[in-house]
Amino acid sequence: MIVMKNICKTYKVTRRNAGFKEAARSFFRRETETVTALDHVSFTIHDGETVGYIGPNGAGKSTTVKILSGILTPDSGECLVDGRVPWKNRIRHVAQIGVIFGQRSQLWWDVPVIDSFELLRDIYSIPPDTYRANLDEMTELLGLSEILRTPTRQLSLGQRMRCELAASLLHSPKILFLDEPTIGLDAVSKIAVREFIVKRNRAHGTTVILTTHDMQDIEAITRRIILIGKGKILLDGGLDELRRGGEDIDHTVAELYRSYEI
Amino acid sequence: MEKTKKISGAKLYRRYLSIHVRSVMQYKASFWMTTVGQFLTSLNMLLGVYFMFRRFGSVKGYTFSEVLLCSSIMLMEYSLGECIARGFDTFPAMVRKGGFDRVMTRPRSAVLQVLGSNIELTRVGRMTMAVIMFVYGISHSGVHWSAGRVMTVIFMLIGGTALFCGIFLIYAALCFYTLDGLEFMNILTDGAREYGKYPVNLYGKRMLQFCTFAVPYALVQYYPLTYLTGRSDNLFTMFLPLLATVFLIPCYLLWRVGLRHYQSSGS
Repeated sequence: MIVMKNICKTYKVTRRNAGFKEAARSFFRRETETVTALDHVSFTIHDGETVGYIGPNGAGKSTTVKILSGILTPDSGECLVDGRVPWKNRIRHVAQIGVIFGQRSQLWWDVPVIDSFELLRDIYSIPPDTYRANLDEMTELLGLSEILRTPTRQLSLGQRMRCELAASLLHSPKILFLDEPTIGLDAVSKIAVREFIVKRNRAHGTTVILTTHDMQDIEAITRRIILIGKGKILLDGGLDELRRGGEDIDHTVAELYRSYEI
Repeated sequence: MEKTKKISGAKLYRRYLSIHVRSVMQYKASFWMTTVGQFLTSLNMLLGVYFMFRRFGSVKGYTFSEVLLCSSIMLMEYSLGECIARGFDTFPAMVRKGGFDRVMTRPRSAVLQVLGSNIELTRVGRMTMAVIMFVYGISHSGVHWSAGRVMTVIFMLIGGTALFCGIFLIYAALCFYTLDGLEFMNILTDGAREYGKYPVNLYGKRMLQFCTFAVPYALVQYYPLTYLTGRSDNLFTMFLPLLATVFLIPCYLLWRVGLRHYQSSGS
């Protein structure tokens, strides 16, 4: 279970006007501004839930995911993930979660995918039986048998994302964070990725937290959505409650953003 | 997941090393050219020392082969340090590209993972040069090799490598604040390699003090060298290089403090 209570996080951002003179000035005297990324964010996510975490760019989605995955320490507030404080007991915590950043690869670039998987097996100290079972399952569900021997750099984006999914699940995490997993993918790959995530959730009860701008991801994968804007949780509810009339989900969300002026 | 035994850090490091060897083999031409380049670059060092001695014959009582011994050991330490701690040297890029976020989401120590992220095998080139210089130094310096003196050289290599690793670690730790590389730190790495060609007492008392108490180069260089070349028979100097490994402690603490300040970099 994930519990977040009044989490706040601010960043210091330096600002200056355009031009060389301004750049030179800011070299000596910097004007910093404090930007609030998260402003008393609270929510609870139960085991096995699928949650879409949505909001415009810069709303605080990534910051939330980074706090939940032990990368960042919040300024204030409480956060417990299965009884662990992510940033206090990082190593114990991250052994139980999987994280995918859609824009960054976690596979070693120049070696075949299977070599990356084996290194991950060693990093996570995955028992041989678990590793074998997970690898077999994923190879079948994601159709990896053809590409496991290919170096990562020679994979298409769709193939790579399928490998990324497998890589994040080799250690059987209870919670899976997905940060824009379908970005840049073609229709076939998108559908494959979505279907796989749904299956994984059903078969293993993996909690899925998904941030995306693709509303079809949300529709296909999640049951519940949390809307964040300017660092505040604006809405938290079932997908069905959100829809008004027969409009498609993109319009519904655009309407939502407009109504909250974010 | 059932509880299983964690594989040891040393074993995991060997796995990282194995990945790097496999990666390098993908780019054979690039590897050889860089290695040969490294070899030729370090030829500079040899030539520098050579011409100096051709002009002056001896420098503050040190002979050509003694200085060669000194500079080759320094070069070996530097190459080993750079090979092992290259991950810290390229750490600014890792932070900027968000690679460090990935490190944070894996259940092993950050230091081990950063070390594993980059193991620079092309430094073999520099190492080869150093070994050649070292062999020449040995055969011409007239050092009477005893078990103690052989141990001294080994201690020097251990201490010196640790020292350079420590400096690279400081460099990485400072990046947590600046999110960028700090060129001035190169004085302590590349600079030390260059100045370290000669025993540091050559540069005066102040410099010797700095290199004894602040950044302890002298512990792995000047003091044990006096023992090696028979200028001192104080057995204590033989073990001084091992003392230099203590330098890693403040470096590591600085890293820990920096880690707590980590801010990540965008989405």
